Formats: sequence, structure tokens, C-alpha cells
Amino acid sequence: MAPSPGLLLNGATRYVGIDAILEQMRRKAMKQGFELNIMVVGQSGLGKSTLMNTLFKSKVSRKSAQPNPEEKIPQTIEIKSISHDIEEKGVRMKLAVIDTPGFGDQINNENCWQPIMKFINDQYEAYLQEEINIDRKKRIPDSRVHCCIYFIPPTGHCLRPLDVEFMRRLSKVVNIVPVIAKADTLTLEERDDFKQTIREELRANGIDVYPQKEFDEDAEDRLINDKIREMIPFAVVGSDQEYQVNGKKILGRKTKWGTIEVENIAHCEFAYLRDLLIRTHMQNIKDITGSIHYEMYRVRRLNESNAGPGLAPGQAPTLVSAHTNGQTKVNGGPPNGMAAQCEVLTHEM
Amino acid sequence: MFKKNLFSLLQSVLNYKQYHWFWSLFRVHVRQQHMDHQGQGARAVPLAGHVGFDSMPDQLVNKSVNHGFCFNILCVGETGLGKSTLMDTLFNTKFEGEPTQHNQPGVQLKSNTYELQESNVRLKLTVVNTVGFGDQINKEDSYKSIVEFIDAQFEAYLQEELKIKRTLHSYHDTRIHACLYFIAPTGHSLKSLDLVTMKKLDSKVNIIPIIAKSDAISKSELTKFKIKITSELVSNGVQIYQFPTDDETVAEINSTMNGHLPFAVVGSTEEVKIGNKMVKARQYPWGTVQVENENHCDFVKLREMLIRVNMEDLREQTHTSHYELYRRCKLEEMGFKDTDPDCKPFSLQETYEAKRNEFMGELQKKEEEMRQMFVQRVKEKEGELKEAEKELHEKFDRLKKLHQDEKKKLEDKRKSLDDELNMFKQKKTAAELLLNQAQQAGGSTTLKRDKERKK
Repeated sequence: MAPSPGLLLNGATRYVGIDAILEQMRRKAMKQGFELNIMVVGQSGLGKSTLMNTLFKSKVSRKSAQPNPEEKIPQTIEIKSISHDIEEKGVRMKLAVIDTPGFGDQINNENCWQPIMKFINDQYEAYLQEEINIDRKKRIPDSRVHCCIYFIPPTGHCLRPLDVEFMRRLSKVVNIVPVIAKADTLTLEERDDFKQTIREELRANGIDVYPQKEFDEDAEDRLINDKIREMIPFAVVGSDQEYQVNGKKILGRKTKWGTIEVENIAHCEFAYLRDLLIRTHMQNIKDITGSIHYEMYRVRRLNESNAGPGLAPGQAPTLVSAHTNGQTKVNGGPPNGMAAQCEVLTHEM
Repeated sequence: MFKKNLFSLLQSVLNYKQYHWFWSLFRVHVRQQHMDHQGQGARAVPLAGHVGFDSMPDQLVNKSVNHGFCFNILCVGETGLGKSTLMDTLFNTKFEGEPTQHNQPGVQLKSNTYELQESNVRLKLTVVNTVGFGDQINKEDSYKSIVEFIDAQFEAYLQEELKIKRTLHSYHDTRIHACLYFIAPTGHSLKSLDLVTMKKLDSKVNIIPIIAKSDAISKSELTKFKIKITSELVSNGVQIYQFPTDDETVAEINSTMNGHLPFAVVGSTEEVKIGNKMVKARQYPWGTVQVENENHCDFVKLREMLIRVNMEDLREQTHTSHYELYRRCKLEEMGFKDTDPDCKPFSLQETYEAKRNEFMGELQKKEEEMRQMFVQRVKEKEGELKEAEKELHEKFDRLKKLHQDEKKKLEDKRKSLDDELNMFKQKKTAAELLLNQAQQAGGSTTLKRDKERKK
């Protein structure tokens, strides 16, 4: 190993300029723009669209606040994905909000998570398909669901079986962020009790919500994430109406007994949610989706198509990997599996 | 754009109520467009406040900093052109190694990895040197080992990418990001070895040609030399790396620098006192060449371009153009095609399975053939051996017969000899008998005779 750079033989230090790469990277990122796909899941009337609009301070989600009498509750769950181009201080983002109207609204809600899981897996599939192409695009369009916000109704008691089932299944394929919707119906003590109950139930059922404990990178990360884990689920209130409070115009809900300020952390935890999702952990969320959930899907998918008749599923991977080890450059010899290129990972090169 | 300006104008001019009224008008309009485009494409939506995702580039950069970077440079050039010294000068550190000898039998590539750190940026730098380039008498194959090395790095990355359980984010990328091609300062033109090598490398790696030891050329000769080199490169269709000019922040500086290629550099790790500063320089009796003086040489330009401005772009070009080209060629070579629209997914997997079966089938066939050949050979050998055995038997029989004949002859001879002997004996006895008789009868006569003699 060479001595640390910048130290010439006589000890004088000089600037090489390696750290200029940070600036280059930033420029490249600004030019390319970012992509984010958020899914909102919850029963109708929990304020999902309002929360999205509050989060991104624009009309990204169409509210069905005044449904026409002719509009019926959909018989099955639909998945609607709407994309938006938003820009802030030169940073361009392609935001896709995926709505799931009809979730939990029927009388019989068995298997209501299936269409959602199918949708998520379809996005992984599309990405994988593009990745294994021979002639592939420079930048694979990323439509994978990065984050799923699950709305828990503010009953104040405990999680319902539907919530537990859904979160249990989906926490394995996507990052779930549970929130307590319409939290202005709970007093602070009720809120804390409710949160405590929810956390215990999540732990008892083995549900790993974001930020997952096992993906903490180092002690610093763990510290920050532990603080967050103490606070989830966030009790949020959404609003896109502005009111005058103390001479300032702020977002809030006006009632006869007072005005609830959305961005005031004494009133609700919307600010924490926004900070987590957007200001501090957005890249981390995308990374976990790309390098862990997607890779798990990929491994599962490749093993599936590997296991043919006569091959036990457990044997297939070793066959392939044995082939990997023993591959020589024989003309016409087969390679050892699937091609893949994770776009997110190119940033890490 | 127009809408955004209008909004801000409205906001500033009107008070809340009126603004809301105006906004509701536009809201209908936007909603209309929204409904038309639902699900297809993306609508540009204006933000009514500070959301906070402008911290995204920072988040990305922080993550990269935690992870570290890697950069790989390949130095191609004849022995003695100052490649190692230039690397030392560029990165301000003394890399290991002594100057190589000139008697290498072939071109070898030696790579060394170093960990450098500056402020909070950790860089894993790999410097690959061509040892023995241009030293052989027959230089026809010089470029081959270089091309093989570059391909091997691509292959390693491709292998990692194709694995089922892969760890791309912690993979140490060894692909060559930049190739510095050292041109000897003859002052005339490019050597044919240079042209051939550069032509072979230009589709595989980003080539940055530089004129080494350029303090051997005077300024006027240098301009002519540079023009000659660029025209030769163009006329031979060699694609050298062009600094990117699509980003406004760096477009200007990059396009100026593009005009200065190839850079004329001087490398030195020794320091000389000029004025009251210590600068890197080479000292001659007739003057001192300062490395970091732009009037003396283009070293500063090279450092700017290579490290401070375009390092990320070099890495990106390697990954998105050169590596993709290699991957495409390699996979097509192996016989894979992209999926048809109505084909099942994972045609790669299927083709792989099919190929594997084919391969196994071939193996089995070959095994059969070999087995049959073996059986045949065994049969032949057996036949031969049997023949030999027969011959031996015959010989033995013959010899035995001969032996018997001889024996018989000898017996006969002996018999005849015996007969003779008997006859002789008989004769002898008969003769003796006669002699005895004769003696007896003539004994008296002999006596008489003797007596007479005596008287």
C-alpha cells in the first residue's frame, strides 16, 4: 500500500483533486433526475390522497371527496398509477403515486392483498426483463415500488386482522411504512398507547417494517434508525388547505375547537414522516428496494425457471453455480445464469 | 414554465382569496388534463411549497462516500517513457516498483491497487502498466495481451452480473476506465505500432493519448507534432475519448481541452525551489521545466480533465458503452437472442437449458464414440497378439522338428560310427589273431634268423 496521498517524499501535502468526483456525481445526478414510486394502501376515507398532496405540496392524487352517486365502490381492488414530474431547485423527480382504491372495502376481504402483490411482482418482473435483454437501454426505467404507506384506521385499540395479514405478507417484498391516519381523533395519551400496542403486535407477528433492523449498515445508522423505530407508526394528519395562524399561512385543519397544524410536531407527526421519506431516507429506501427486495425476487424467479422436471429445486442452484466454477472458455459453452444490471447500483461504481 | 410564472405573479399580487379563485380556475384545467393523461406519461405539476427532495443529490453523494469509489487506469507505452513517474506525479504519491528492464520476451500487464484518501473521499485506484511494450523485435502480437486483459476484466464483471446470487454493490470493479496512451516524443508522427494498438483498443476503452517526455520537443515542433498526430488518428479512424460537452457547467472547458489533445506532459517527483516555493520540476543545466506551469507543459490540463472534471464520466462511458458492447457481442456469440414479443420470458434461461442439454448430448456422443473406438482398438490388438502367438507356435514347431532331424542324423552317424568301430574291432581281433599265429610260426624263423645272425 502506498503512503497516504498528498504526502510527497519531503512531507509537503498537495491537493490532487480526487474529491472533485463528488461534484461530478452530483452534476450527473441532477442531469439524470430521480425516480420515486410510492404506493398508498388503506381503506377508503382514511385520507390517503390528501396525505399525498400534503407530502408533495401539489395535487398528485385525485381525491374522491365528493363521489358521484353513480360511482360505486369498486368490486375488486384496482391499482392506479399516476406519474408526475416535479422539480425543486434544479432537482427533477419523476414521482409515481400508486393508488389502491377498493382495498379493504368489500364485505369479504380475503385475498385482497393478492392484486397488490401481483402488481409489485409485475414491476420487478418488468425490470428483470429489461435487465436481461441483450440490447438494453442505457438507463432502465425504474417502476418498482420503492415504498408502501399503509394507513391504519385510528381505532385506538389494536391492529385488525386485515392489517396484520396484509403487512405480514407485504413486508417481505416491499418496504412498508405504517401510519396512523386521521390522527387528530386521538388524544396524545391514546396515541401513545395505540402506538405501543401496534409496535408490540408487529413484533409479535414478526413483521419487519421500514427501517428494517437487519439492514442497518453501521452503528451510526442503527442509532438513527432506532430513534425512528421508536416512533413508528407515525400519527399523521393531512391537509391541503391553508389557514392563517399567528400571522403565518400554514397548512392545517380548522375545526370549531381549534386549528390543527399539519407541520407542527406538537400536533402531529407529519413532519417526521416527510423527513423520513423525502429528506433523509429516500435514497436508502430506493437502495433497499433495489439491492435486497429486487435481488430476492430475482433469485426466486431464476431458481423457479431453473428447476425443471427431474431436478429438485434445491439442486438447481448448485448445478448452476458448479457450472459457474467450472466454466471454461469453450466456444459455445453456456454461461451461468441470468444477466442483470441494477441501475441504482451504477451510482455506487 | 408560463404557468409557473403566472402563479408566482398571482401569489405576490393578490391576496389569499383571490389567489384561491384564480387557482380554482386553473385547477379545473389541470384536472382536465390530468384526467386525460391518467396513467400515461407524466404531468408536470407545480409545487406550492418546499417539499425537501432537493436533498436527494446529497443523499446519493453521502451514500457513495460511505461506499468509496474505484478508478482503474491503464498505461500503455514503450518502456522508458515515464509512465510510472507520471502516475506518481498525478496522484502525488510514490507508487511501488522499479523501472523495468528492456529484455522482456512479451508484453505483460502488471496491475497494482492503492487506497488513496483525500478529505472524506476514499478512492481505490488501480494502475495497470504494460511491461515490455515495444521492446520485442517482432511486435505483431504486442496489442494482443492488452486486449485480452481488458476483455478479461469485462468478462469478470459479466460473470458477476450473470450469477444468480450476486453482490454487485460490494463488487470490486476492475474494468479499465481510462487508457493513457504514451506517444514517444519523436516530433514526426505516430509509429505504426501506436496506430495498430490504438485502433484495436478504441472500441474497448477510453483512450487519452499523451505525448510523453515532452520537454524533448520545442514549442513550434510541438504544435506541428500535435496536428500531425490528430490528423493521423482521424485518417485512420481511431476513436479517442472526447470530453463531454453536453453539460453546460463543463461544456466550455471540455471543448477547449478537446482542442489541446494530445496533451504534452512532463512528469517529475523531484522538487526544486523556484522563487520561494518548492515546485515539482526537472532541472537541466539550461533551465528548469516546471511540471505545473501551463506554459511549460500540459500536465495541469491532464490532471484537470482526468481527475477533477471527468472521472465520473469516464466511469460512466466505460459502463454504458464499452461494457455494453462487450456484453452484447459476448452474448450474441454464445447464440442468445432477445425475446420475441410473444415468447416466454427468460429466453436466456431457456436457451441456456437447451444449450446445456445439447452440450450434454454432445458429451455423451463423444463418450460413446470414444468407447467404441476403444473397443475396436482392443479387438485389433487382440487379433495382432493372436497372430503373433500363432507365429511363435509355428516357429517352435519348426525348431523342434529341426532339432529332431539333427538328433536323428546324429544318431545315424553315431550308429554308423559304432558299426565302424565294431568292424574295426573285429578286424583288429582278427588281425591280432593272425599276427599271433604268424608270430608263433615265424617266431621260430625269427629265432633262427637271429641265431644265424649271431653266428
